[in-house]
Amino acid sequence: MIATIDTEQINPAGSNDSPVPLLQVKDLTIQVATPDGGKTVLDGIGFSLMPNEVLCLAGESGSGKSLTAMAIMGLLPKPAARITAGQILLGGKDLVGLAEADFRKLRATRVAMIFQEPMTSLNPVMTIGEQITEVLRAHQDITASAAESAALELLKEVRMTSPERRLKQYPHELSGGMRQRVVIAIALACQPDVLIADEPTTALDVTVQAEILDLIAKLQERAGTAVIMITHDMGVVAEIADRVIVMRAGKQMETSTVRQLFASPSTDYTRALLAAVPRLGSVSASAAAPVRENKATVVEVNELSVRFPVRGGLLNRVQQNVHAVEKVSFSINAGETLALVGESGSGKSTIGKALMSLLPFEGEIRINGRATRGLSRRSLRGVRRDVQMIFQDPYASLDPRMTVGDQVAEPLLVHALASGQELTDRVEWLFKRVGLPADAMRRHPHEFSGGQRQRVCIARALALNPKLIVADECVSALDVSVQAQVLELLRELQEEEGLSYLFISHDMAVVEQVSDRVAVLYAGQVVETGPASAVLGKPRHAYTQRLLSAVPIPDPEHKRSPFVRSTQELVSVMHAVGTSPERQLLQNHGDDHWSARAAG
Amino acid sequence: MSAQDGVTQTRSTGVFAQLLRRPGSAFGLALIALIVFCALTASHITPYDPNDQPFDGLTIEGAPIAPNADHWMGTDLLGRDLMSRLIVGAQTSLIIGVVANGLSAILGTAVGVAAGYFGGLTATVLMRFTDLMMAFPALLLAIVLAAIFEPSLWIVAMVIAMVNWVQMARVVYTETRSLTERDFIQAQVSMGSGPVRVLLRHVLPHLLSSIVVFSTLGISTTVLLEATLSYLGVGVQPPTPSWGNIIFENQTYFSSAPWLVFIPGVAILLMALAFNLVGDALRDILDPTLKGRHG
Repeated sequence: MIATIDTEQINPAGSNDSPVPLLQVKDLTIQVATPDGGKTVLDGIGFSLMPNEVLCLAGESGSGKSLTAMAIMGLLPKPAARITAGQILLGGKDLVGLAEADFRKLRATRVAMIFQEPMTSLNPVMTIGEQITEVLRAHQDITASAAESAALELLKEVRMTSPERRLKQYPHELSGGMRQRVVIAIALACQPDVLIADEPTTALDVTVQAEILDLIAKLQERAGTAVIMITHDMGVVAEIADRVIVMRAGKQMETSTVRQLFASPSTDYTRALLAAVPRLGSVSASAAAPVRENKATVVEVNELSVRFPVRGGLLNRVQQNVHAVEKVSFSINAGETLALVGESGSGKSTIGKALMSLLPFEGEIRINGRATRGLSRRSLRGVRRDVQMIFQDPYASLDPRMTVGDQVAEPLLVHALASGQELTDRVEWLFKRVGLPADAMRRHPHEFSGGQRQRVCIARALALNPKLIVADECVSALDVSVQAQVLELLRELQEEEGLSYLFISHDMAVVEQVSDRVAVLYAGQVVETGPASAVLGKPRHAYTQRLLSAVPIPDPEHKRSPFVRSTQELVSVMHAVGTSPERQLLQNHGDDHWSARAAG
Repeated sequence: MSAQDGVTQTRSTGVFAQLLRRPGSAFGLALIALIVFCALTASHITPYDPNDQPFDGLTIEGAPIAPNADHWMGTDLLGRDLMSRLIVGAQTSLIIGVVANGLSAILGTAVGVAAGYFGGLTATVLMRFTDLMMAFPALLLAIVLAAIFEPSLWIVAMVIAMVNWVQMARVVYTETRSLTERDFIQAQVSMGSGPVRVLLRHVLPHLLSSIVVFSTLGISTTVLLEATLSYLGVGVQPPTPSWGNIIFENQTYFSSAPWLVFIPGVAILLMALAFNLVGDALRDILDPTLKGRHG
């Protein structure tokens, strides 16, 4: 334990009107069983939670934040993990070693939890109304009709639009943000004293995240619920926390108020963590200004459209089309990075896949001058040497049963570019190129960390000497410190090899760091495009402005201006057969900065 | 040392040796060895002629003799030595269990993988055909097929394979579909790998565990299906013994001579268990992500 400024030791002992802590965690130690005996994964965590307080547990993956929450909820996976020392006092009662039946009474009524993924934490075959009333009736002695009206009240409280209708709907009929509102409503149903929110906004779009954080803060203020918020996002911490505990590898690194943490972090780790956080607006305009050289165009996309048919009815005929991408045009020059930004469902990943010829499309894609549409598999091979992809989840994009060396060698074998000793040398060189030791070649993907795996994926993408790399959210699954290293590697490779990137991301701060030009997508269409500094610095389109205003700022002193909630429902990309959405016409604002005329 | 050698090296550190090192699979291998030994040397090691019906093979009342010093496993309803019949029956059952079941596994996997990977029309045609085969009464189909061809052990094996591949195809199809959606398969396609390479190197290895589990479970099913066919007169022709038809012939004596059903039943169970133990261990040994988790 390093530098624990423990308020619990100052407060209760002291003075006048200090309230009694709701929850106290003392010296909590958890071990997990491994073949070589118990391994300590949480080491002497201690904190106290006051009523009406928002405490953030912040840290990178593997720091033990979720484990702490699970221990408080009595949800530790048994028998793999067990508490070996410490106490968890809820209103003076120790929860460690409490029988499951007693724990069940506490859950929802005293302590409630919100999980990361709102889709998987709701039951897909029960209506929203049933799921809320289920919790109410399990813990309170009320009639079905009373429970239903209470459920309606709860939905109103979490500011759900047309709540009466929602009660009868199923989870899949709601958007991610609405689902998370339902999850919050369920968590708050029995008015718990403590609400634990485990990365409640990580799976959500940034504008939805802003709304949900706002909602949690409002509800917390009104009901006086104490909140333990688990997050890896320092922006979220700055936005919502009163106090912060920084954790790393199961240890409590630092405990302080949020202002103190950001103003003068007391440990090197926190300083490094804060330094690694990409900040929107931190890139000076001059540095980000694109170098307008007359370089060759690597990719040209003209009027690209991708539609997915929705079939139904008796004869399984196409009834509607999802217009995932609608007449999008752009080009990327050699050595340039174009970022595609937009929220989920905006079509950014679909464009990436079309570029890789992984799905059928309309319009024209020219890679290095060659049109890729309608090419046979054999002729596509040549094109595929020029464009490679890095996926979001490095673990999912590597074959778990093959050594990473074999996987990096695979593209070279497929294209018969090298064999024997030459192949080995080439693979070794690629590993060195991405900063991995040569002996890593013989290991399997599960033996690496997330950042190393992404390096393997980059090595594999580089194997064919591509001109363009499509990076689809390639750092989103990584911790910020690792993220910074991977971005640095990508930048280096670009400088040395003259690579072009199509950088697909939802993270505006990262986009600002890496991109020369930005295209903002909304419902499958480009609504704004231009040099990064212009689009992110002086956004013209209402949607871009909204997107930027929702980004949490990792600085409690400069909270972003209150987020303007959109009054519109999301534009649907489903259209009847034969019809198309209204085309967004772009208007030039000079210096290659274009935006759609109509407000989004 | 090339990158390619990496795999061959880890794989070739004696899969067989690793199988022997695990108690479960060593036991399984021993059982399989015993069954194979019985099947190969049957005519030399049987204590009696399996088809001989000696005068003293039945009691005075004409009931089968319970296991004793002369007949270790007793005699069947015709007074034939059960142990001799069991040893000879190992031939039939091993061929049915391994060949018929292996064929159906191969057929089912091929159909399932092709349908799952290529999707679209290929999947529709293949899977609707699978559904059709599933809906068709398996026994009726087997009888028809067996009636068309001259009944022999090999024909019976083929017939059983033709009937049994559908379940495997279903399971493999579903798994291949979800596997095909995974990023690493997409990554392979986007670097220009052709379907054969993707299927053999990246899809099949992941299906191994389901295939192993499903085909070892199939062993007892196929052995019993053969017995059913024999019972209906379209399978292995009497008096050739098989473990399945020993059970069927003697089932009416179940209450008075339970060993006649119990002993061949245990034999079938042990064969399925043996293959299951080996298959299970094989799956773990070939899965690099499990390395080091088993002693």
